[in-house]
Amino acid sequence: MGPDEKSLNGSENHENGMALTRPFALIGRKVIKGINILGSATIFLMMALWNTFRPKQFSKVVHQVYYIGATSTTIIMLVSLFTGMVLGLQSYHALIQFGAVGGLGALVSLSLIRELGPVLTAIMITARAGSAITAEIGIQRISEQIDALQTMRVDPFRYLISPRITASIISYPLLTAVFDFIGIIGGYITSVLLLGLNAGVYSHSILRNVDMKDLTDGFIKSIVFAVIVATVCCYQGYFVHMRGDSKGAKAVGMATTSAVVISCVLILVSDYVVTSLLMV
Amino acid sequence: MIVPLIEFKDINKSFGTHTVLRDVNLQIYEGQVTTIIGLSGSGKSVLLKHIIGLLQPDEGAILFRGRPLKEMSKSEIASSTRQISYMFQGNALFDSMTVYDNIALPLRETTNLSKKEIDRRVMARIEQTELNEAAHRYPSELSGGMQKRAALARALITDPRIVLFDEPTTGQDPVRKNAILSMIAQYQRKFNFTAVMVSHEIPDVYFISNRILALYDKTIVFQGSPEELSNFDHPFNDEVLRSLEGLQKELTGLYSRRQFKILHHTQMQSRKSGESYCVAVFDLAELNAVVPHIGYDKAQETIHAMGLYIDRHFGAIGGFSTRRKAREFVTVLPFSDIAEAEKILNEFVDDFHENGIRDLRANAQKDDASENCVEFAIRAGIAEGKADDDIDSIVDSARAQQKEIGRLQCAVKE
Repeated sequence: MGPDEKSLNGSENHENGMALTRPFALIGRKVIKGINILGSATIFLMMALWNTFRPKQFSKVVHQVYYIGATSTTIIMLVSLFTGMVLGLQSYHALIQFGAVGGLGALVSLSLIRELGPVLTAIMITARAGSAITAEIGIQRISEQIDALQTMRVDPFRYLISPRITASIISYPLLTAVFDFIGIIGGYITSVLLLGLNAGVYSHSILRNVDMKDLTDGFIKSIVFAVIVATVCCYQGYFVHMRGDSKGAKAVGMATTSAVVISCVLILVSDYVVTSLLMV
Repeated sequence: MIVPLIEFKDINKSFGTHTVLRDVNLQIYEGQVTTIIGLSGSGKSVLLKHIIGLLQPDEGAILFRGRPLKEMSKSEIASSTRQISYMFQGNALFDSMTVYDNIALPLRETTNLSKKEIDRRVMARIEQTELNEAAHRYPSELSGGMQKRAALARALITDPRIVLFDEPTTGQDPVRKNAILSMIAQYQRKFNFTAVMVSHEIPDVYFISNRILALYDKTIVFQGSPEELSNFDHPFNDEVLRSLEGLQKELTGLYSRRQFKILHHTQMQSRKSGESYCVAVFDLAELNAVVPHIGYDKAQETIHAMGLYIDRHFGAIGGFSTRRKAREFVTVLPFSDIAEAEKILNEFVDDFHENGIRDLRANAQKDDASENCVEFAIRAGIAEGKADDDIDSIVDSARAQQKEIGRLQCAVKE
């Protein structure tokens, strides 16, 4: 075997080795990128929370509570009413087979308070206000409005990010409470008014089975979702100019899609994690 | 030796593999208007963003009053950059806020002034920038010129010591461009801030700039006065200045100062030594006094129309003209002695009284039904020189001979 053949074989071996390690390198790169993003999003959140306590924030937070919270009330009421109604309907037909229809109120209310209320509220606000937050901040970024704030010595975190995250933390539990209440009324409409269950049985079942821990657990979840959704949506909009896959208006569109998808996935993942922790 | 207000030392900046600035060295002096010129995409805006700290250099040092920013504490840097204001190329107005709120934003967010005081200051700026009607409209409802003025008002609301203008005249028509430049020059004199401007508007920026910086091939190739730039021998002249000046000639009919100089030089070289020619100098200096009454736009429309009128009249008989100062035109009559030039000037004056004043007045009163008018004089002077004389001395003689040739009325803005 001549030196050329040796070197040829050496390079072939090297390429084979590379082909074997390539998937690991790819996974490694993805993991490192993920950790980087997680780190920068955490710093992003900390900076926003720190700015909450600086002066001149109150009116901005109130404005955002109105935008994220108050204007979402109608859609939350509509979704929760039908969620409660369908839950009442399904549960009634399932429980009646076992003669356990007396527990319908508990089933509807606990499902809503512990799980459906916080999760569906968070997903609805993500779709309605979260996407708008990403698009608004993204457009402000690409049209240099955020740079303009910096040149005016106005901290973009204080002016844009912090009020939105704080307002989300205030709005989510309130809207979750609205969702729970209207959902329970929805269950009442189906089971009592339409299917003839005794109203006293329905409400007694709720009062006997729902305790304060169920309520606080639900609100803890909604606060966790608020932090996740607001951070993801603001982060995607704020760093829209650093996206590698697109630029300009297209980047804003893609950032908005990413914000909604990532938020929804993280809501469900964190729901499992938080539920596990709260049940310990 | 005067310490520059801002100094770049060997600044390098790349985005990925693309180098934008290479070994950039420049000085910006306090109280002056410094204009950075160069072709589109040559890195002028990137350079400007380094001054205000929106971008950081990869290599090199930025000095503020002789001290490198890198050696300053955070509070010192904050105190330095607090004096700087920035007017963006695309205005960067908040489109969800009215003009009033856009202008008030820096005061509301960075000061503890009372609502009443903020209102007073904002309304004063709105008044000065002629935005009264637009105060409660959104940026998307305004014309390009009004948006520029709103951005300018916002940049000036904090009374900055340094104002950076990133292509303040982009997207404006020639008249509006000059109106904006003239407004910047007036504010610079009034508030005595240091202005750093990025612009393509050659030669218009020469009239308001103390210093010109030429950015070419990723580096600064020239720093000096506009006069020095006309003698600058570099490929920058061929590639950048000529293309921009050519466009200017097509738009206004007048030659740039550099083109005028070259044309004059060529004409005089073909003449025998001692052969005479004449120079006429037209002056609208009194226009300055009436600008507050008629507005920047109207003033610039008048200057523009006057330039076209002079070029049309004297161009037909072989003369060539330039705008020497903001409100002064110089015309060379290469084939006329003083007697003939006086005759031509008299014909111009007659024609000007017959048609010119009417045309200019119609232009100045366009779209305006106001009955109130202000009047200002147009002056002209003529002088004879020899082919080997210095043009500047002939222009000075012509200036000394100036007399009023007509008065123009402009409607006062409502």
